[in-house]
Amino acid sequence: MPPREGIYGLLAEFNTPSELVHATEAAHSAGYRRMECYTPYPVEEAASALHFHKTRVPLVCLLGGVIGVTTAFMMQTWVAVWAYPLNIGGRPLFSWPAFIIPAYEWTILFAGLSAAFGMIALNGLPQLYHPVFNAPNFRSGATTDKFFLCLEAADPKFSVTETRAFLEQFSAVSVVEVDH
Amino acid sequence: MATKGPINDPMIDPRTGEYAVIAPGHNFKSVTQKIAGIVLTSNTPLGWFFGLLVASGFVTGLVIGLTWLVLKGVGIWGVTIPGAWGFAIINFVWWIGIGHAGTLISAILLLFKQTWRNSINRFAEAMTIFAVVCAGMFPLIHVGRPWLGYWLFPYPNTMNVWPQFRSPLAWDVFAVSTYATISVVFWYIGMIPDFGTLRDRAQLPLAKYFYGILSLGWRGSTRHWIRYESASLLLAGLSTPLVLSVHTVISFDFAVAALPGWHTTIFPPYFVAGAIYSGFAMVITLAIPIRKFYHLEDLVTLRHLDNMAKVMLGTGLIVGYGYGMEVFMAWYSASHWEWFMMWNRMFGPMGWAYGILILTNLAIPLTTLWSRKLRVNVAFLFVLSFIINTGMWFERFVIVVTSLYRDFLPSSWGTYRATRWDYIIYVGTLGLFTFLFFLFVRFLPMIPMNEIRMMLPQTKVTRGGATAEQVSEESA
Repeated sequence: MPPREGIYGLLAEFNTPSELVHATEAAHSAGYRRMECYTPYPVEEAASALHFHKTRVPLVCLLGGVIGVTTAFMMQTWVAVWAYPLNIGGRPLFSWPAFIIPAYEWTILFAGLSAAFGMIALNGLPQLYHPVFNAPNFRSGATTDKFFLCLEAADPKFSVTETRAFLEQFSAVSVVEVDH
Repeated sequence: MATKGPINDPMIDPRTGEYAVIAPGHNFKSVTQKIAGIVLTSNTPLGWFFGLLVASGFVTGLVIGLTWLVLKGVGIWGVTIPGAWGFAIINFVWWIGIGHAGTLISAILLLFKQTWRNSINRFAEAMTIFAVVCAGMFPLIHVGRPWLGYWLFPYPNTMNVWPQFRSPLAWDVFAVSTYATISVVFWYIGMIPDFGTLRDRAQLPLAKYFYGILSLGWRGSTRHWIRYESASLLLAGLSTPLVLSVHTVISFDFAVAALPGWHTTIFPPYFVAGAIYSGFAMVITLAIPIRKFYHLEDLVTLRHLDNMAKVMLGTGLIVGYGYGMEVFMAWYSASHWEWFMMWNRMFGPMGWAYGILILTNLAIPLTTLWSRKLRVNVAFLFVLSFIINTGMWFERFVIVVTSLYRDFLPSSWGTYRATRWDYIIYVGTLGLFTFLFFLFVRFLPMIPMNEIRMMLPQTKVTRGGATAEQVSEESA
């Protein structure tokens, strides 16, 4: 946990995604690491500027799918062969081609739920409180038309005066302190 | 292409001759205001109340119909031997087919990077969910004792009885419940960022609270967005085989039975194509009044209607091929019963239904949709979408009824006649669908704002950190 006292970071507001990406790249090359961009829609260039590329969502999804197909197939086999064997027109109890369909559906069900809830969990949501919401200008623009870069106080390179001077050299609309 | 259509139409790109996906002149703020304004306004249009009231009347009819059904049993329906399946399965297949266009728009077109889907995917997904609600009701109530519907699910119980996994009806349970769950999850995930926007723009405390909870605290963090996009693409990739499998499984309800007219291998692809055909017709039925009523012509443009009409033309041709192949195989198989069924279907006592089907599903749409003038004629498309939906309902009717009521033995022949309760429940589900849709357009963002933003020229990231003025100059 980062320290709770003091400020959370400095938040710079930009009017265009290009300005944001430019400032983020500069901040990364200046040595800042604890930082985050906030945009009203996904900006892939911002993710590259943050050097954030890999997500574990596909892995979680794959695991979910494997669990789904295994569960469904084993369950049907167990039910049809051992728990409740029914003779349907002399067909074998282990009539596996028929089991493929529910197994297929559960593969998709488990994989889809894993992707969705995995994404929510990896993002640390639901998180109804976050310090950036304290910034006076954040909520009026971050989900509509403004682009924000937050350099966080937890970064070893962070200093209120120097970081503010650093951010102000870009065409930011404003640079504000964010309280915890 | 550039020579067609009025030259000075501002919606037509002079370079390509194509209609614009969204009208020019929008920016992040105007798009957000337009879409969020519909939800956040305190002035609910009077027409909305009127529509909701009418829909509620139909829902009341549905409640009465269902209550009587539960009290008296399925004997109040027209189902009897040999017509043991009637409106319940017809409506089930029809409704679930309507839902398919929503998944197609939200999943398959996303994978194919068809950006024109962005304006229509949200309400198409809502349509899917409400259609699945209506569809799912029918298998539940047709069992006769709907309060025991949970017996269909595999769960450990004191009776030690388990579902029969070799039965297509058990497959239905898995397919439809998966489809409903994944559709709801995909729909909700897609709305999280928009809920964030609504939370930040809401004025009423109740609205702030409501959208605040639904947004899960979304703040548009870039790391979140990357995971979000990854999850969206995965869900799209999973929904694509899902939507194809669901209607395939439903066609197995028929195709696995050894009955003339049902036992055909053309059924899975032909059902899927028919589902998408009627689904797009329903999207058009919904989109045209909504864009007119809420003045969304900038976002749901003629390009969207044109493209959807093209999809209908394509799937309609597949459906037409399916009809042809059914007749051909009945003849080519040299099966006496198969050919009799087909002859009886076309010219027997129920031949009028087949006639309506051919007229509304093939003759009218497939002759007119070739014309671009008609494809972008809003009034024509609206009427045509009704015609196609009627046609697809008759397709299900013809398949179910004409295969059952005259089977192998003339001594066992009978007929099928729907009762007033069949009609009340069917019309009631139409009311329920409309009712849910009215609630949706009032309380949820019906066009995905975050996806529309990505289609604006301001979205482009230029090297060297261009300012807002430079970008607007460049796009102008």
